[in-house]
Amino acid sequence: MHPIASSPVSSTGCCAPGSMSVVPVFHGFRGLDMTVDRRRVTNEENIRNFNINFGPQHPAAHGVLRLVLELDGEVVTRCDPHIGLLHRGTEKLMESRTYLQNLPYFDRLDYVAPMNQEHAWCLAIEKLTNTEVPRRGSLIRVLYSEIGRILNHLLNVTTQAMDVGALTPPLWGFEEREKLMVFYERACGARLHAAYFRPGGVHRDLPPELLEDIYAWTETFPRVVNDIHELLTENRIFKQRNVDIAVVSEQEALDWSFSGVMIRGSGLQWDLRRAQPYECYNEFDFLIPVGRNGDCYDRYLCRMAEMEESRKIIRQAIEKLASASGDVLTRGKISPPRRKDMKESMEALIHHFKLYTEGFRVPEGEVYAAVEAPKGEFGVYLVSDGSNRPYKAKIRAPGFPHLQAMDYLCKGHLLADVSAVIGSLDVVFGEIDR
Amino acid sequence: MLSAGYCRDEMVVEAVAPSLGDLFEFLRSDPACRFTTLVDITAVDFPDRERRFVVVYHLLSMEHNSRIRIKVPILESESVPSIMEVFPSANWFEREIFDMYGIRFSGHVDLRRLLTDYGFQGHPLRKDFPLTGYAEVRYDEVQKKVVYEPVKLVQEYRQFDFLSPWEGMAAMSGQKDASDEG
Repeated sequence: MHPIASSPVSSTGCCAPGSMSVVPVFHGFRGLDMTVDRRRVTNEENIRNFNINFGPQHPAAHGVLRLVLELDGEVVTRCDPHIGLLHRGTEKLMESRTYLQNLPYFDRLDYVAPMNQEHAWCLAIEKLTNTEVPRRGSLIRVLYSEIGRILNHLLNVTTQAMDVGALTPPLWGFEEREKLMVFYERACGARLHAAYFRPGGVHRDLPPELLEDIYAWTETFPRVVNDIHELLTENRIFKQRNVDIAVVSEQEALDWSFSGVMIRGSGLQWDLRRAQPYECYNEFDFLIPVGRNGDCYDRYLCRMAEMEESRKIIRQAIEKLASASGDVLTRGKISPPRRKDMKESMEALIHHFKLYTEGFRVPEGEVYAAVEAPKGEFGVYLVSDGSNRPYKAKIRAPGFPHLQAMDYLCKGHLLADVSAVIGSLDVVFGEIDR
Repeated sequence: MLSAGYCRDEMVVEAVAPSLGDLFEFLRSDPACRFTTLVDITAVDFPDRERRFVVVYHLLSMEHNSRIRIKVPILESESVPSIMEVFPSANWFEREIFDMYGIRFSGHVDLRRLLTDYGFQGHPLRKDFPLTGYAEVRYDEVQKKVVYEPVKLVQEYRQFDFLSPWEGMAAMSGQKDASDEG
């Protein structure tokens, strides 16, 4: 910490120490006029910048984020995020476990939308092993990926509202999330850590009643979205806290490796589901909401609109599932045999045993597979040496580059805006810290 | 640049470390490339090779809807030029690699550890770093603080080697395509 006279000007180094005559325009601030030398008027040379810790246990930090903020009055002049407080060494652990054992780790990355992460892992393995996913399995994956997207956006939109002072939206939103988690549970037995997507398809088929219930839910969901709209979209306080906060231009979004809503909020129409379709997304009819101003409010609007699009995809997927019969998992070396076969065939029994102990092997090679997770591009870079364990697996989490732009996004904003920015970035530390 | 080619429909380029800045500037700004998004930087450790680490960059061109992977094999003692000038988002990716592999990035303004604990020793993602690590922490009731101690395991970490001997032999000598067997 600087002893004294660490005014915003000298802390950036754009002015030689001691030169009190002319204060140059300070470029770090946006929207603040720093050309007046306030120090002469108010004797501010005796005031130094203030460093505070934001987090790690702060309700608006969305997990365990420690921000070291340097403040000039209430204005943030530097923001240094300290991450890694939730680091579990996932990538290291993955190197010592089989491909199938690694799958549940992906639920624990972005635990707000678990299945979307599993999807990327399955796609990477399928690319290396050249496995085709049966149509029914593929549709179920799309269905649950979109449920995951709604799960995520419901949480993000409503907790962001909580960060800026609204308490009702999370209560209403979490009620819907609960229903969606029940759909998770009815598909795979777990509300959160699903381990439902498997290399080659999905673990089990869905009961018809479940599909009916999900379809019935899509009928009622617009009302909930509408309620949230009414609470927030034209809410004076919500707009005051979000409009023109953390404006990201198109070029800046590219420079900072943004993806997902963070880049679409700035006006770039980029969605992997459309641009590089995986699974069977190219059959679906949906729109990609794009923002105009690139501020927190536009990103909020994008998320709200995306929920509606996801709902449309869910409905289409269920309609398509009605006519798609057949298996949900490619039966082969990388997937277990049918239960029935195991009762009759010794080979199937041996295969089952070997699969769950030794695991399957993946041919030597390397691959990068990415999905449009709710938060942005979630990718897996997998290097295989031909054994039953990955030689190296790198998880590319969308929140990681988003959070790293905190310093750039928060500079010149007020302290109170920091929580609005974090909320809008949509960070979850499971995936950032890995 | 050492070589370029396709691997499973993915563009892969091998490059040497000193020229990285120019290479990335070209890839980002050349109208035929326009790889404007840095997707990811990571490294892979191959302890047996002379050039122990491979730094892997993934770039994305939204304009041409294409991806490219740049692989840079380096010696253990070698440092890699930072590409923060070209892509500001390289900052944390490079910090993470420094943290996890101990690879140094020359020209990086803030090469601190990122994910591991304050005061952590070693580079966890290196292959010679044990899975259990070296230090463990616990809350000490007497000292009223969290203390660091060497790892004490009541039982050896159980790393089962399930590879069956006959299949394992084939996989190791690379005689047989692993996908054919089971």
